[in-house]
Amino acid sequence: MKILVCITKAPDTTTKVAFSDNDTKLNEAGIQWIINPYDEWYSLVRALELKEAGIASAVHMITVGKADAEPVIRKALALGGDEAVRIDADSNDSFYVATQIANYAKTNGYDLVLTGKESIDYHNASTGAMVAELLDMPYITHATKLDIAGGIATINREIEGGEETNSCALPLVVSCQKGMAEARIPNMRGIMAARTKPLNVVAASADESLTSIISYEMPVQKQGVKMIDENNMDELVKLLHEEAKVI
Amino acid sequence: MILVFAEQNNGIFKKATFEAIHYASKIAQSVGTNVCAVVLGEAANLSLLGNYGAQKVIHIADARLNNLEAKAYSKAISTIATQENAQYIIFSNNNTSKAVAPRVAARIKAGIVVGATSLPNAEGVVKKAVFAGKAFAFVKINSAVKVISLTPNSFGVETTEASAEVVSQSIDFAANDFAVKVESVNKVTGIVPLGEAELVVSGGRGLKGPENWGILENLASELGATLACSRPVADSHWRPHHEHVGQTGGTIRPNLYIAVGISGAIQHLAGVNSSKTIVVINKDAEAPFFKAADYGVLGDAFEIVPRLTEAFKKYKESHA
Repeated sequence: MKILVCITKAPDTTTKVAFSDNDTKLNEAGIQWIINPYDEWYSLVRALELKEAGIASAVHMITVGKADAEPVIRKALALGGDEAVRIDADSNDSFYVATQIANYAKTNGYDLVLTGKESIDYHNASTGAMVAELLDMPYITHATKLDIAGGIATINREIEGGEETNSCALPLVVSCQKGMAEARIPNMRGIMAARTKPLNVVAASADESLTSIISYEMPVQKQGVKMIDENNMDELVKLLHEEAKVI
Repeated sequence: MILVFAEQNNGIFKKATFEAIHYASKIAQSVGTNVCAVVLGEAANLSLLGNYGAQKVIHIADARLNNLEAKAYSKAISTIATQENAQYIIFSNNNTSKAVAPRVAARIKAGIVVGATSLPNAEGVVKKAVFAGKAFAFVKINSAVKVISLTPNSFGVETTEASAEVVSQSIDFAANDFAVKVESVNKVTGIVPLGEAELVVSGGRGLKGPENWGILENLASELGATLACSRPVADSHWRPHHEHVGQTGGTIRPNLYIAVGISGAIQHLAGVNSSKTIVVINKDAEAPFFKAADYGVLGDAFEIVPRLTEAFKKYKESHA
């Protein structure tokens, strides 16, 4: 059973976000790029566990990005996995990215495609669903547990207002979230091994971007905290009613 | 036509669904067309969706659609969208639409914006929060058909007396459209899910242990608020995981977020900083959360929270 794990880079959570060119571009100076946490902690680590358990025969990773995505994919390889591919393209459009991944997956044949539940930069949560549609595969989102036996996946997933247990025959696309696996830290042996693992660069196919980012805006700054005396909760309630108008 | 997916569960529609219908009706007004709501699975009294701005309801009462099956849902919604010449397809952004909306978009090659917080302008540009609420992006949808998934609690609901025409329809599903088998379902009932809660009371490590949650439960029940917690609390199993908000937990956008004994790490703020009003109760004056708060109370939560509950009670009695 072959697994393809979709990886994207994202700015570290603690990064200060700034824009350039009249607020039309993300200012990348000073941004610390990390593996999107949902891709790393949950989908990649679970794929590695399935391989260690002898259930998966191969774990491949794919990213759609320019050369600046390579340190992030090397870090993913340091955690484990057999090989990675980078589709040489840059796009914020989910459909474009999903088409690249689906094309590669079609040619190379995977039984299971894993994504994180969303990226922490654009929060589109769309790539997995689109890959599933383009590959005509079932799709299960927000998985918190994934087991595979005899070509059947058993999955716990978070649904609106609760939880479901699903089963589904492979091939399948799954988006992963907290609960799926415990975060790992790459060890020295992994880091050394990652240097020589194959990282293939593939040219992008000509596809459309169906959306484009026109500009960015910073949120209105909070006016600053108003401190309320701990013995005067009536005052707080009054402010929430009259000033904030939230009750 | 503006198409809107009206999600239901055992015949019950959530407020966020009404909000999506109202949002669709505003787009319909600006482009001079009508709203058609799609309902999947068994449900009754659908003409009531007219109250929120739908002129027409297409009901696919196939019992196999009572549970979410992304592939079948996408096929149904895209079939109706094509049949009705939809210019926009509207969803409410939640776990269901995340499984379905992008699939619909890919199927009909429509651009999608997930997590919209504004109406589209005449050029099809929509605003959405990015970088965990640290900024907004204006995204242009370039395709003729446009898919928008609306952030709950960002637009509001308005009602009228109007009723909608209900039309039943069936979809020609293939066997493999229902490949996912639901083995068991465990739904929490009676509580507003965090993703669409207007009022949230949240606790952190400062509460010292699960046995101390009573004061928060009292406050939440007095307010009609939903409970949430910080990551350490969920990781220590003091509270169930579905209550965890923050970067690795849920992202919420209530009108009021009351944080008790939470220091306000950046990963926590990433999940809650879109809240309209934030109240922070903490005994540490240096807690970073105070910087992100609208109102702060410095002191012992075990004394302040019961006082606040009392104050809300008094307020409710005087406004009854």
